[in-house]
Amino acid sequence: MAANNGDIRYLTPPSVDVKKKKYCRFKKSGIRYIDYKDAEFLKKFLNEQGKILPRRLTGTSLKFQRKVAQAVKRARHIALLPYVTDMMK
Amino acid sequence: MLNHYETVFILTPVLSDVQMKEAVEKFKAILTENGAIITNEENWGLKKLQYPIQKKSSGFYSLLQFDAESTIIATLETQFRRDERVLRFLSFRLDKYAFEYAEKRKSIKSKEVKEN
Repeated sequence: MAANNGDIRYLTPPSVDVKKKKYCRFKKSGIRYIDYKDAEFLKKFLNEQGKILPRRLTGTSLKFQRKVAQAVKRARHIALLPYVTDMMK
Repeated sequence: MLNHYETVFILTPVLSDVQMKEAVEKFKAILTENGAIITNEENWGLKKLQYPIQKKSSGFYSLLQFDAESTIIATLETQFRRDERVLRFLSFRLDKYAFEYAEKRKSIKSKEVKEN
């Protein structure tokens, strides 16, 4: 018989969210300058429409989010990244 | 005071290889005449543009790095605007981290050249 000593029992065990802590990849790996020339790398910070992803999704620190934004904008200006697009990935 | 600068510009794809090199030389000459020291130059060749500029879908990319006074940028950009071979240009000052990165990139590149 199942142990039934006053514990609440669920039909489906409640999902325990194991929250993965987000981190700033630049701080972690010691990158201090974000190169606008590396379009493939910058695509990690864009959604499929080519918009810059918010910090709350990527986990980037404020300091580096500003630098990412700067790099993306430079890359867009010299046509290494599109301003608007669909299905980039 | 001398600053480190970097400039990227896109030339129209209608140029031949020789004409393209000539255009790059022209801008290098403008820089050196105004007292800039060119520290690095890269030619990325014909690349596809991510969106059309002046109805062109590709262009010759060139990169120049140089040390110069700040007044030179205005001169250079005027020349870029006057030259109809230039589709786009981007120049900015390198901060200390960008400079470190640029130096690293340069040394990697020169190593590759030696190996080949």
